[in-house]
Amino acid sequence: MTSVDAALVKGARTVIEAREVYWSFGRTPALTGASLAVAPGEIVAVMGPSGSGKSTLLYCLAGILAPPRGEVWLDGERLDTLTDSRRSELRRSEFGFVFQFGQLVPELTVADNIALPLLLGRVRRKAAYARAAAWLPRLGLDGLDGRRTGELSGGQAQRVAVARALVAQPKVVFADEPTGSLDTLTGELVMELLVGLAREEQTTVVLVTHDSRVAAYADRQVVVRDGKVVSQSEVELEAGR
Amino acid sequence: MTVPLTLLGLLEREPSHGYDLKRDYDTYFGRDKPLPFGQVYATLGRLARDGKVAPGDAEPGAGPDRKRYAITEQGASEFDAWLSQPVEPEPHLQTVLFSKVVLALMLGRPAEAYLDTQRAAHMQRMRELTRVKQDGGLMDRLLADHGLFHLDADLRWIDVTSARLGALAEMVRAS
Repeated sequence: MTSVDAALVKGARTVIEAREVYWSFGRTPALTGASLAVAPGEIVAVMGPSGSGKSTLLYCLAGILAPPRGEVWLDGERLDTLTDSRRSELRRSEFGFVFQFGQLVPELTVADNIALPLLLGRVRRKAAYARAAAWLPRLGLDGLDGRRTGELSGGQAQRVAVARALVAQPKVVFADEPTGSLDTLTGELVMELLVGLAREEQTTVVLVTHDSRVAAYADRQVVVRDGKVVSQSEVELEAGR
Repeated sequence: MTVPLTLLGLLEREPSHGYDLKRDYDTYFGRDKPLPFGQVYATLGRLARDGKVAPGDAEPGAGPDRKRYAITEQGASEFDAWLSQPVEPEPHLQTVLFSKVVLALMLGRPAEAYLDTQRAAHMQRMRELTRVKQDGGLMDRLLADHGLFHLDADLRWIDVTSARLGALAEMVRAS
């Protein structure tokens, strides 16, 4: 049973959902009917070998790619049929992102980077910086607000990225290999912060990883193989966690 | 524990003599540790006593035992249940998993589905250990890490085997 089926059978509300989604890079198929439904507040890890389509599925769910076949739904709204500008707007207002690296603006300070999603969402400057500052102690980044992110260690930068992903209280945070460039202990700290803070904020997380120890932080793990979601751990979707 | 079940799996293909069972067992499962003849016949005797295999009439020829053994319905049922259940996630279970994968391919059963079931069982245990880490002190974290790294190694083996099932199936079916 796919997670979409499971959600329908159990009558669970889903916040983000892919239904039989297809995507190709040129003639190379990346997704061949992938389905995934995620309940509000759920933390789901998408696993699979390199080239299986797991990152492509995340990009389709996040509205970065608009699949030519299949459907993507965000909280009852069809996402894949929206215009590029509307999807871009939704990405800013409803989603947060944590990537392996390269997501911060290195010339800007820690506070600037965390406040950025709020400023783009037209929150007043003073309020945006006050909210950004409130995240620093939660991430063990006290005193670093004026530091340029290009001068941070990998672990510090990822903690800033976690704050930036969560600060605007998005419906869903998408994380693509968020610990891929970190050593074991630093990666563990970043995962504990990401998962712990997402639970506190009741934010849904879709996490792509090839690392089973990272995936074990999630409530549920699904495996993508040859462009399809082929297996997943048993959970009660309506229970969330 | 797995020798009787593995012999049942080999008998699921076709009724066989003890000699044939030993040869096939050693080829696939006993490379470093061949199965002694004595253990083959002792195991077959216990399986027959418990109604899981049925010995045929003695056939003429040299050797200690020229009976052909066939699996019974009870034996087939027990083997099937064993094959489809995930192994308790713990370190050093590759040998059992390997036996299950080879037997599944040999018998045309869904080896990939068994590996997926095993992966889910492993992930369940890893989620439990991760919660222990998050809620516990330093000693708990270190102990949980030990388990997590071993389970992670198993999962890597499951993933690699899953990617090589096609080639393994060809090899097993060709022999």
